[in-house]
Parts: sequence; C-alpha cells; structure tokens
Amino acid sequence: MPVNADFQGRVYPPTETYRVSAAKIREFAEAVGSADPVHVDADVARSRGYADVIAPPTFAVLIAQQCDAQLIRDPEAGIDFSRVVHGEQRFTHHRPLTAGDAVVGTLHVDTVREAGGHAMVTTRTELATEGGEAVCTATSTIVIRGAE
Amino acid sequence: MSNDTTAGVRALSSVSVGDALPPRTVHIDRARLVQYAGASLDRNRIHWDERFAKEVGLPDVIAHGMFTMGSAVTVVTDWVGDAGRVVEYGVRFTKPVVVPYETGADVEVSGVVKAVDTETGRVTVELTATCAGEKVLGRALAVARLD
Repeated sequence: MPVNADFQGRVYPPTETYRVSAAKIREFAEAVGSADPVHVDADVARSRGYADVIAPPTFAVLIAQQCDAQLIRDPEAGIDFSRVVHGEQRFTHHRPLTAGDAVVGTLHVDTVREAGGHAMVTTRTELATEGGEAVCTATSTIVIRGAE
Repeated sequence: MSNDTTAGVRALSSVSVGDALPPRTVHIDRARLVQYAGASLDRNRIHWDERFAKEVGLPDVIAHGMFTMGSAVTVVTDWVGDAGRVVEYGVRFTKPVVVPYETGADVEVSGVVKAVDTETGRVTVELTATCAGEKVLGRALAVARLD
C-alpha cells in the first residue's frame, strides 16, 4: 500500500502535555555524551541565565517522535514502519528546553512525495509551552523504502 | 552584566571563518545503544537486537541516526562552552553506522566554522562525521549564538 498523499497538509491537534524533568535531561545528556554541566547542575544553569537545567540540542526528538507516532501508526497513512529510514532531521530552538517545562507538540505533515520508488514524508512538530510560548521546531524527513 | 554570566562561553570576537573545532572520536558499542534507546525512548530493535536487524535485511545492528546526531553536536557545544547557545541544528543521515558486537564502531567528528554574522552573533559550524572512512552525516550544520 503506498503512502497516502492526502495526508500532506494535515495538522494534528496538540498532544498531551510532556513534562520535561531534570532526571530525563541528565539521562539523555549522559547517553549522547554531553559533558556540559548545564544539563545536570542547576546552579551552573542559573549562573548562565537559565531557569533550571537545560536539555541538549537534540533532546526535543524524544517529544517530536511521540508526535510523529500519530501519523506513523495511523493505518490510513499507509506507512510500513518496518521500511522506514530516518533521512533528515532539523531543530530550530526558540529557547532551550528547560527542566520544569510543560510542553505540547503540534504535528504538521508538510510534504508527502514519491521519488525513485520510495516515499518521503516531512513532518514538523511545533513544541510550545502550555501557555503558548514557542520553544522548538523539529522537522523530520522519513524515507519509506519501496518494495523490491 | 556580571562576568559569571558569560564565563566560559566563547566570545564572538574570537571566532573566524575557517576555524577548526577540536575533533572527537565517539566509540559506539551495544551498551551505548541500549543506553540511548532508554534515554530517547526510541526502542526500535534494529538498534540493539542483531538477529532482528539481520532479519530485516541490515548487515548488523545499526546506531540510531539520532544518537550520531546528538553525540556529534557535542563537538560544537564543548567548543562554544554552553549547550544552550545552539539555536539551529540539522543533518542528513547518509549512511547507517553499523555496530558489530566484537569491535563496536568509531565515529570521527570534526567541525569547521563556515560563517560568522557579527550583526546577529550567529556562528555556523559545519560538522563532518565519518565511520570506517565513509560520511555518515551530510549537510550537518549547527548555528550557535555568541556575544
């Protein structure tokens, strides 16, 4: 089943709130090997002007991929997850994700296209606080490999 | 502004186009991938289950592209002196990083300053990440905001 081109332009309702914790930031920073104490030491973070410890630049993927799941798991979208390869990823940070943030993600399906027997889907997750402050824009392109 | 606020953060005036950032080698083994799977909540079995990876046509377990992306940018954040200064970061995943059980894999990451905008303080770094001589990230650009 091919990827459903009708999904291009679709915007999903905001997700449930994700609460950014200092513990998850520490775990993520250790996993990617980011030694900056700003991820684990609140005093260091405050001395640099942040409200609390801040997340590494790619932490937002954790929330964005949960948003993407709304599309990928939708049977009507026709995406065979076993054939999905991550093609491209981009983050624009309006400010760092910070421990204590309560964020919601709004998923936009920007493009659905076919090329060379493969399908490519570009999604954009806009992460904002519950109060509506923009925090991060995460853009992802997945490639769904065509059948041999 | 007190000195404390900017202590350790690289000054815009000290940065020039062509500056090379200190490179780094990221060693990846299965334990590392399991750690990242848990931290990122990306538990796709192709990243830790060799039998499963081979069943779906991969040569072996492969690293999460997002692990490579996340570890590569530490070259930039360490050089800048504050991870919160990275305002944009994007990559293409050009080759999977295959992680054999016995040896693991080494990703060599380097960076060079491609642009400096003295008006906005935005410094663009291009990252190069290779594994076994092949580029694993393409068009890897990080933008940091400096004072």
